[in-house]
Amino acid sequence: MKENEISSSHSGGNIEHKNFNTDHINDILMAGDKSKGGRPYFFDDPAVERVLNITMAVATELAVARERIDTLERILEAKGILSRKEIEQFEPNDAQADERQLWHARYAARIMRIVQQEIQAIAEPEKNKDMHQIADEINEM
Amino acid sequence: MSYQLPPVYTKLFKHEVFPDFDHDERARYNYLANLNRFISTVIAPGNKITYDQGVAPQFEKEHGRAIQSRGEVKDAISKDPVYQMWAALRRSTMEMRQQNGRAVVLRQAKELAEKTDQLNKDNQNLSIKKDFVVPPYLKHVDNHLMPGSYHAEYFEGDVANPANYDSGIFVTTAGMLGTLTDGGGKAIAKWVKETYPDFKPKRILDIGCGLGHNTLPIAEMYPDAEVVAIDAGAPMLRYGAARAKSLKIDNVKFLQLDAENMSEFEDCTFDWVQTTMFLHETGGKAIHKIFGEIKRVLKNEGLNLHIEQPQYTPQMSYYEQFMRDWDAFYNAEPYWGHMHDLQPSDLMEEAGVSKENFLQVGVRAVNDLDKNKQDGKITEDFGRTPVWNVFGGWKK
Repeated sequence: MKENEISSSHSGGNIEHKNFNTDHINDILMAGDKSKGGRPYFFDDPAVERVLNITMAVATELAVARERIDTLERILEAKGILSRKEIEQFEPNDAQADERQLWHARYAARIMRIVQQEIQAIAEPEKNKDMHQIADEINEM
Repeated sequence: MSYQLPPVYTKLFKHEVFPDFDHDERARYNYLANLNRFISTVIAPGNKITYDQGVAPQFEKEHGRAIQSRGEVKDAISKDPVYQMWAALRRSTMEMRQQNGRAVVLRQAKELAEKTDQLNKDNQNLSIKKDFVVPPYLKHVDNHLMPGSYHAEYFEGDVANPANYDSGIFVTTAGMLGTLTDGGGKAIAKWVKETYPDFKPKRILDIGCGLGHNTLPIAEMYPDAEVVAIDAGAPMLRYGAARAKSLKIDNVKFLQLDAENMSEFEDCTFDWVQTTMFLHETGGKAIHKIFGEIKRVLKNEGLNLHIEQPQYTPQMSYYEQFMRDWDAFYNAEPYWGHMHDLQPSDLMEEAGVSKENFLQVGVRAVNDLDKNKQDGKITEDFGRTPVWNVFGGWKK
């Protein structure tokens, strides 16, 4: 139980509460409070579960952004500013296409970074020494 | 399209203390409800397939005999990758639902407290006790992974947790409990009315009412009855009383009381005593004291009913027992497993209902969000499916 949590021990119903003091509520951190009891990990390696949970949260935010874009499109269409059909049929010109493809390429690279680096590690073992070894080597330089 | 989509969040009824959701907060719940539906209808059935085809045969090969307990199912299936993925996802969505719900209500905790306070001013239907002692079984765990459970408050007058509970069950059940999340209460009220048309209860007790989701449909079905709804959680009662007032239901009194000691009620004074999804959140000793108290306050010829998940019986497969145990351990409802080993008819004897008068039926949630799909097939999602076991009987 949190320190700032008080047990229910005051009278209710017809008592007037004038000033509710919520200054101590840090909603950003308290939203993610852990519940009582040890957290179960179902995968053999808890690291897998950690990554899965982060990934699932990120996937949720993509769905939220998608729904917001959908809302925007529908409101803009209702106001006669664009038609959703126009969006579906949009064909970029060459310059626009290059810009968009570049964005996708960068985006894909950001997401796949760790896989790319793991392959580099195998491909270039001389650049993949343990940092303790490098530290000892630098100590001699 | 044959895939059944969950309803959208904007379909929920917004009473006056319902928290405000902005666009993205609603979108987050729309997505999580869909994710839960996908997990429960597409991924969860994989558990049975992998159990039948891999886990169980492998166990037999290794041990020279079949699996003989739900504990053995747990040990064996825990190594299976299909199960691991499902379980990790199910846990993850529960945690996301709590975090996102808490983010919504904590940012507006002050406004929610103020709105509740306004509605409860001079509200004779709310009584919260000074120096109330929260039962230890409640303080020992955060039910459904909800930090602070039903009783905690972050400041005097706080209703953040009930507001989170009220607005978030939609996600867990993917909208299967209706616009007011009262599908269980509606189901029991309808069943009693149809089964016992001559029953005219004057005084009804709902134990462990929470914020009154399932109490109000009973009060609406029996508008001439006085309904007393008790709970240990002050925030729940405070929010529940304000919610009932907003919904213009005035025959429910919300009272803070420990069900193990209801001495302020006289003997034989209730025509009907109800609990809904409450018993499995009590404790191994408390439950027997509660049944003793029910026996005392229930009138002779009075009705006592409990909505719960199905009990474990010798006929139920070890696989099903384990799957029904899952929420007990991994969704923080730990008494559930032990409680479901008790025989309901034994419990009812403790409440003064003899074995001859014991009854047990299944009821399905009445869901006004799902009108055209009431007869549709519901994929079994152990512990989450809105089809419940009702047990009880008449005290004779």
